[in-house]
Amino acid sequence: MSVVVTIMGYGFREAVRRRVFTVVVVLTAIFLVLFWLAVRFVFHRLSAISPPADLLVDKRTFAGAFLLGLAMFATLFLGVVLAVFLTLGVVSGDAERGLLQPLVVRPVGRATLLLSRFLGAAIVCVAYVLAVYGIALAIIDASGSWLPPSPAEPGLELAGGVVIVIALSILGSVVLSSTANGIAIFMLFGAGLVAGLLGSIGHALGSHTIEHASSIAAWALPFEALYQDGLRLISSSATGATGFLLQLGPFGGAFVHGWGVRVWAVGYLCVALGLAVFLFQRRDL
Amino acid sequence: MAALAVHGLEKRYGSVHALKGVDLEVEDGELVGLLGPNGAGKSTLVKIAVGLVRATAGRAEVVGARAGSRAARAELGYLAELFRFPGWYTADEVLTLHQRLTGSDGGASERARLLELVALDDARGRRVEGMSKGMQQRLGIAQALVGSPRMLVLDEPTSALDPAGRRIVRVLLEELRDRGVSVLLNSHLLSEIELVCDRVTILRAGEVVAAGSPAELSRPRGVELETDEGTRTIDGATREDVPDLVATAVAAGRSVYGVRVLTSTLEDTYLEAVGDEVS
Repeated sequence: MSVVVTIMGYGFREAVRRRVFTVVVVLTAIFLVLFWLAVRFVFHRLSAISPPADLLVDKRTFAGAFLLGLAMFATLFLGVVLAVFLTLGVVSGDAERGLLQPLVVRPVGRATLLLSRFLGAAIVCVAYVLAVYGIALAIIDASGSWLPPSPAEPGLELAGGVVIVIALSILGSVVLSSTANGIAIFMLFGAGLVAGLLGSIGHALGSHTIEHASSIAAWALPFEALYQDGLRLISSSATGATGFLLQLGPFGGAFVHGWGVRVWAVGYLCVALGLAVFLFQRRDL
Repeated sequence: MAALAVHGLEKRYGSVHALKGVDLEVEDGELVGLLGPNGAGKSTLVKIAVGLVRATAGRAEVVGARAGSRAARAELGYLAELFRFPGWYTADEVLTLHQRLTGSDGGASERARLLELVALDDARGRRVEGMSKGMQQRLGIAQALVGSPRMLVLDEPTSALDPAGRRIVRVLLEELRDRGVSVLLNSHLLSEIELVCDRVTILRAGEVVAAGSPAELSRPRGVELETDEGTRTIDGATREDVPDLVATAVAAGRSVYGVRVLTSTLEDTYLEAVGDEVS
């Protein structure tokens, strides 16, 4: 166990030194200040917003769910940035720089080394995502007196999504150079988001083909499915016209959801990590 | 049981046959030098021995355990040819990290002893990024010695060292040998290998082309005789021929001032073994 902690600490110090945390903290602070201003403005002007008279819309719920959806998107993005920069060079990058070889020849073993780096990154990213999500929730609650029905679950799903990205990034670092891995992970992330948006559009248009394509993308990239499921949870209390309008927007939520996708995400995570360990053990350094 | 035993070792990188059935043994307390031009397969052999690279065929064992296994790694100390320690670590922290990874319970006294061994006792708290390349290389050697390994594999340990630094390493290697530590030393510096190694293995294009002690590898090149007529070399003559050569010269009325038995150097042997390949 002490070896795991040692390797986690090694990765943590490396991230501190490379100023990964500095960049993320600055970006997060900028986002939270802008988000706070936006939330204050929206709830302050809530009474001035007038939907069509024939639509019965719960403006507070609509605004709260929409803003929290926006915050979840930003949190996921920042969490993925942190995850990728903590892990994109764990194997290839460190091997190219000569940092990995002195560690790998120690009795600790490649599997422990890789899984410890994963664990270190996962702890940091989960804490980060939960903290930012929690602050966003607090801002909305303080400014608009609104909270989703089960506030913790979307945050946990968001954190779970980032953990899957970490596993993919570590897997990528075994077979790709740092730059190629970073590009690949951000492209996967973008593809997942686009697929989610396409699903919303397909739902609005009533296109089963687009919804089907979006569902396949969600199963193939479960971080997106978890994010979408989190969005679904924050708007689950919105019914009638409010719920319909939220579904039409970019933060409407999933078409693939529930425990099935959560179990699938755990299995996916285990397979990605198992494959990373298998390939790392066979890789010449 | 040999500290390192390599039998029929082969490695292919795609169409490149880097090692073609190499045999090599390093006995307990033995210091073996590995020589060869660039691309001869030296680094591949070293990397297979420490478990960084998987062999295509053949067998490599460290103290009886399969190379790369946990048991083998527990007996190994390794200095890579191209290595780097995190720049923000101090010398002491680098050794602490490796003590933890090795499971060494030597604590501060082991770290102090190792830093003293490589003449870095004054740089204990200095960050790696503030060290010269030579100091980093000596720190690398100290790192390889953490946990008192039975088998030490050093890949070009003196490439960045000045003459004083090389001398420190040479003395250290002799000390380690006296303590019974086995060493495989991969180096381009022939003079260094000749000075410290018990045996030498020369690789060329993935094959062992010469092996033996430096003395075994050196061959007679004649006898140089200095008389009042000047100095002449008698090719093909050996140490055993010296009394007759001197007697013949004296009988011929010559005054003999000096006799020197000529042998080939390790450099001569190396150049003969590797042909015209540029190292």
